[in-house]
Amino acid sequence: MSDVLPTIPPDTSDSLAVLEKSRSTAETFGIPLAVLLEITHRCPLQCPYCSNPVELDRSGKELTTDEWKKVLSELAEIGVLQVHFSGGEPTARKDLVDLVKHASDVGLYTNLITSAVLLTREKLSELADAGLCHVQISFQGIEEGLADRVAGYKGGHRKKLEVAKWTRELDLPLTVNAVMHRQNLHQLPDIIQMSVDLDADRLEVANVQYYGWALKNRAALMPTVAQLDECTAIVEAARERLKGRLTIDYVVPDYYALRPKKCMGGWGRQFFNISPAGKVLPCHAAESITGLDFLSVRSNHSIAWIWQNSEAFNRYRGTGWMKEPCKSCEFREIDFGGCRCQAFALTGDAANTDPACALSPLHETIFKQAEAEAEGETSRFLYRNFAGGTLESENGT
Amino acid sequence: MAGPRNISVSEASRPVLPRHAKLKYDETRKVWVILAPERVLAPDEIAVEVLQLCNGERNVGDIADLLAAKYAAPREAILADVIVMLQDLADKGFLTELREKTP
Repeated sequence: MSDVLPTIPPDTSDSLAVLEKSRSTAETFGIPLAVLLEITHRCPLQCPYCSNPVELDRSGKELTTDEWKKVLSELAEIGVLQVHFSGGEPTARKDLVDLVKHASDVGLYTNLITSAVLLTREKLSELADAGLCHVQISFQGIEEGLADRVAGYKGGHRKKLEVAKWTRELDLPLTVNAVMHRQNLHQLPDIIQMSVDLDADRLEVANVQYYGWALKNRAALMPTVAQLDECTAIVEAARERLKGRLTIDYVVPDYYALRPKKCMGGWGRQFFNISPAGKVLPCHAAESITGLDFLSVRSNHSIAWIWQNSEAFNRYRGTGWMKEPCKSCEFREIDFGGCRCQAFALTGDAANTDPACALSPLHETIFKQAEAEAEGETSRFLYRNFAGGTLESENGT
Repeated sequence: MAGPRNISVSEASRPVLPRHAKLKYDETRKVWVILAPERVLAPDEIAVEVLQLCNGERNVGDIADLLAAKYAAPREAILADVIVMLQDLADKGFLTELREKTP
């Protein structure tokens, strides 16, 4: 027995890259096994590291129920096996049960990636009956003081614990997703224990990746090198101790690495997602790169055509687009020059080497800056919202 | 209907895939797959054959009998291989078993 798509080593993967692990598709650009569906950008939470783009899609632009159903049928037909309903907060859409039912009917394996705060036991039970296969709930900390402050949502933490319990009562497998940063890393041992107590199958310890909203909040979130080393040691010990009980996937922030992450398994190689407005994207942050024209499922092209032929997918595919030091680098087909969105955000050109790479001329500067920010005093968040962000007040409200 | 997790596979176990692990033939890639949370596993031919026999009624011993007869192979060797394969799947969290209902 082997993984079809051998797992990308957790320490080099993006929190979403572990969704997709195809060796064969990496070589042929075949249709990915799993696709992320961001069915809405609406969300009651305001996490300062939200992975959605800073320019959020408003509800009026969202695909309709029928359009999403058509997308689901098309995905199943071209060979996608799993879909992840995500957002924003996917349960903010009133038609979620209907969409899960349709996905199950066309043979797709369905995952729900949720903040859980809008769910009732009844709704969760309806989702299970509609064929939902797996629930992933995000946690912002171990106790409501910090967790609710990070999420910018009072009562959220308590609700999440309740929904996690319902999930297991309904016999659905549970993944706890814990997004880690300087202000909550000290709670990691307790988060691991909480996951065991909640009878979770999997825990994702996902250090924040710094683009979009998180980049705006970097000074308040960046961990110190010492914190990160401790975090890694804690995860390694817990993996050993909890073997067979809890699977732990681990994502480190790449600023402190020497080699960049093979982001998304390489641009347009193993992964695409669909935005609330129906754009087919090589990564959930791709719209942060300006000058690329991403086609929509509303265009007159099929999803398979967009994946295989569209200019945006082909722009950074393979190695032909690379400049030095990537172009002649022996690792160019190992990490594909890291993350295009991060390269764009930090250097202004997505074709530059991701500064997370030690071979980037900017690596030293970025690393020093991150280190200085990690030691700094800033702890106030800029909360994520449709208004372009709201700064946390001095007294933390 | 939910079976226990973290099972230890023996000759008497009556294994079955839990609801969240689905054995499916992938028409696009022409391979059998097991779909599980955030994972797609590729069982080899033997594993597929064993899993198709895991209906929650047959025990591992019955499965070894069937395979030994079909391949005219030594039962003990087959039994050992089947247990190793199923235990691996169980350790990954993708196998459960039916137990006698307590009255």
